[in-house]
Amino acid sequence: MKALVAPIDYLAFLVRCLVGSWDLRRTWPRFIAQLSVHGVGALPVVVITSVFIGLTTAVQTTYQLMGVVPKYFVGMGVGRLVLIELAPVLTGFIVAGRSASAIAAELGAMRVSEQIDALEVMGVDPYRYLCLPRILATSIGLPVLVVVTEVVAVFTALFISSSMLNVPAASFTYGVTHFFMMRDFTGGIVKAVLFGLLIGNSGCYYGFHVHGGAEAVGRATTRAVVLSAVLILLVDFVIAFLFFKI
Amino acid sequence: MIRVEEVSKRFRERVVLDHVSFDVADGATTVILGPSGIGKTVLLKIMAGLLRPDEGRVLHDGRRLRFGRFADNQELTGGLGYVFQGGALFDSLTVAENVSLVLEETTRLGPAEIRSRTDEVLRRVGMAEHAGLYPRALSGGMTRLVAIARALVADPRCVFFDEPTTGLDPAIRERVFEMIRELREHGDRALVVVTHDLEAARLLADYTYMLRVGKLVRADNVRKEDYEQAYS
Repeated sequence: MKALVAPIDYLAFLVRCLVGSWDLRRTWPRFIAQLSVHGVGALPVVVITSVFIGLTTAVQTTYQLMGVVPKYFVGMGVGRLVLIELAPVLTGFIVAGRSASAIAAELGAMRVSEQIDALEVMGVDPYRYLCLPRILATSIGLPVLVVVTEVVAVFTALFISSSMLNVPAASFTYGVTHFFMMRDFTGGIVKAVLFGLLIGNSGCYYGFHVHGGAEAVGRATTRAVVLSAVLILLVDFVIAFLFFKI
Repeated sequence: MIRVEEVSKRFRERVVLDHVSFDVADGATTVILGPSGIGKTVLLKIMAGLLRPDEGRVLHDGRRLRFGRFADNQELTGGLGYVFQGGALFDSLTVAENVSLVLEETTRLGPAEIRSRTDEVLRRVGMAEHAGLYPRALSGGMTRLVAIARALVADPRCVFFDEPTTGLDPAIRERVFEMIRELREHGDRALVVVTHDLEAARLLADYTYMLRVGKLVRADNVRKEDYEQAYS
């Protein structure tokens, strides 16, 4: 029964956060502040990760395809892999580890110290004040980070392929551009928006429902990250099935 | 007026509130007395809509509070000031921002009016010169004073004080008493003070109740010996 109720409760929480009064005048500044924390703040680690995604994908794709198919297939493989799968999922994991935990810990500490109760008795909707800006920030910030990952990873792959893997830059570029499909890009972006929504909601959901002290905050943080990671994989499969099933 | 009707609350096997009923009158100070851990804060939180009772109901001006995860009582409790025992100040906001938040979020007042009301209430509690500090830089007593300022800034129709004088030095304790008495004298607010401090009850209360093994009993003019004996 609990297994049935928990997902409904999770979704009801998301709906409550998104459906209440948005009150843009008041939400906007907090959204910008959260976007700075969860979007701009994640840029350095995302760029570093993207470099290694590009390097590894280029080496692995070359290893798999070299001598079997023309060299431009390396560009195709790297481009489509990064756009469809690697950029959204790996960036999603990074943001989940960084933001879901931070949100859960922050809201959990606010719950423990009665700050959320204080908002409620003051007549300030805590879902609008605390959760909405965070969920919007991760939902809008993550797709932007995914685009950054895609650009950095593909250019890093181009660099290493042409300089160390014996794949000419022109062949690599031809492979990336000739086989580029808009559906790959939009599929990745749709995934990123949904991943962001789930990451923000997981952090808020577990942070909001902390009962107890520091230990409970720690537990909430762990659960928020674990649930985000599992949901990323689940949604990844569903989107793959809907967008890319032949 | 706030009416509490047949409210019960238990945590596992422990009965904290057992069919508690009483009224909180406007324009008077109601003190709920009892030692720590007896369930005073639980009762206060139920009255504020923050905690769901197992049984019973709470009415604010005749309208029933709803309880539950997504229950929205803002219309009923929006006019409520609540001074939490630990202050519950927002640690990412300065003292002034903590106090002005409720005005910014629930009213359409302009920035100048909000600033003026914030400054005025901070002056009243003697914290005007600390307006730019963050809660982490405040002592326990200062935190309590800011919490009181935050509870009063929106001119609420009732104010709940949860152990308002616990752990305070005599000077700040006296200032808190004075503020509660002032509130009582000016306006027709309903004031509820929960405390284990018998002297606070004597100084502040129009109506005194004692919480004993889940039951609330009227205890105006209770003597120290009787109070101590009741919980021995």
